[in-house]
Amino acid sequence: MSNKKKKKLSPTQQEYQEFAQTREPKRPIFLNCTKAFLVGGLISALGQGIQMFFIKYFHFSAETAGNPTVAVLIMITVLLTGFGVYDHIAQWAGAGTVIPVTGFANTMVSAAIEHRSEGFVLGVGGNMFKLAGPVIVYGVFSAFVVSLVVIILRTLGVM
Amino acid sequence: MLQGHQTWIFDSKPIIIASAAVGGPFEAQGALAEDFDLLHGDIWLGQDSFEKAEKKLQEQACETALKKAGMKKEDIQFLLGGDLINQIVPSNFAARTLATPYLGLYGACSTSMEGLALGSVLVDSGFAKNALVCVSSHNAAAEKQYRYPTEYGSQKPPTAQWTVTGSGAALISAQGNGPRVTGATIGRVIDMGLSDPFNLGAAMAPAAVDTIEAHFRDLNRDPTYYDIIATGDLGRIGHRIAGDLLKKHGMGIPDEIFTDCGIMIYRKDQPIVLAGGSGCACAAVTTFGHFLNQMCKGELHKILIIATGALLSPMSYQQKESIPSIAHAVSIEL
Repeated sequence: MSNKKKKKLSPTQQEYQEFAQTREPKRPIFLNCTKAFLVGGLISALGQGIQMFFIKYFHFSAETAGNPTVAVLIMITVLLTGFGVYDHIAQWAGAGTVIPVTGFANTMVSAAIEHRSEGFVLGVGGNMFKLAGPVIVYGVFSAFVVSLVVIILRTLGVM
Repeated sequence: MLQGHQTWIFDSKPIIIASAAVGGPFEAQGALAEDFDLLHGDIWLGQDSFEKAEKKLQEQACETALKKAGMKKEDIQFLLGGDLINQIVPSNFAARTLATPYLGLYGACSTSMEGLALGSVLVDSGFAKNALVCVSSHNAAAEKQYRYPTEYGSQKPPTAQWTVTGSGAALISAQGNGPRVTGATIGRVIDMGLSDPFNLGAAMAPAAVDTIEAHFRDLNRDPTYYDIIATGDLGRIGHRIAGDLLKKHGMGIPDEIFTDCGIMIYRKDQPIVLAGGSGCACAAVTTFGHFLNQMCKGELHKILIIATGALLSPMSYQQKESIPSIAHAVSIEL
């Protein structure tokens, strides 16, 4: 608990929170990190395998093979999410399934499935980016800021 | 009749002449499966939305309770219903089907005992001959509203709880046979400043403790008066905190009689429930199913149920508000 948060609490509240905290199991951080490392690594290795497959058999270059590779990983995620398996893997794997492209695909698919009952426009369309939206908003915004800095530096002749 | 600050004593001791518990697939694998009147293998119940499925659960619980009592819906003067979904839609829609004069309640997961207490007030005061109480919760509908889409892969901490899919109904009557509602303690809203929606047990424990203490203070009773004292859905962590807090306040309840519906309802080999069950249906199906069955068999004589509710909304959580909690206690005796 941060000190800032603590200040707002009354002494009784503080006392109770300390009392409760000693009785709550902590998230097993080391175990979670290990699992995330293994699963995240496994997904990345799978992606690498798919990329090499596209390069060897479909004559893609190392750069252009990226797109079909991502597409295949997304399709696998879509299927696993649709069959209701992905969330169970994720409960075990944690960040291991969230960080790779599979995590992003899962946010969109799960939201789309969930809100199917509210129709295709307001339900699926309106909610698909409910979880993925912030990633896109701040991803695009940070890309914009970075490119602005690069342009300014180039005009000044620094780069 | 009011006794003490916040406890009602029902002089006529309204009778629970029938009760019903309906559950979902996960509850069917749970520890109390045999106490359900109806169990569903499909979380959708053949409906096209989770909300409709929850409405169906309530309709079935009401129908079953009426059938067990040998009554028609016209014999019921008032229906008291509640659930967790925005604007308590499943309850409202189930009440539309029943077409009985209806009072909608919201007390989060404490609604079951709020309803049972108010229903008993109606019957005890003579404002109703028969009152039906029905509450429900649905795992996927609650997840959808309060947290993330059901299929979204986020890792839940060990303090998180699993919302029970189910509905419990109790028919309270002035005449008949069955366990009797003898008293109720209405709780205060307690806020200890906790704000983690994945740790509701710890947020609700002080509310449960406050109501339990008020109950025994108002009635000047000792905890050993009861065969079972069960909290609604504190889960393993919240229940332990509540037990320790009561001991700290000098009012320890013996471990053999102090339990929690959220711990009882699932088996230990269902690790996905993490800290235990939650939701309106958690206290409702455990009380109206399991405990009342045990009372009818004569295995229990006096029970006290303290249903606990976390009064948060997804918006209040996003606006960084803490989680106020409430607990209502109802005593049922043979």
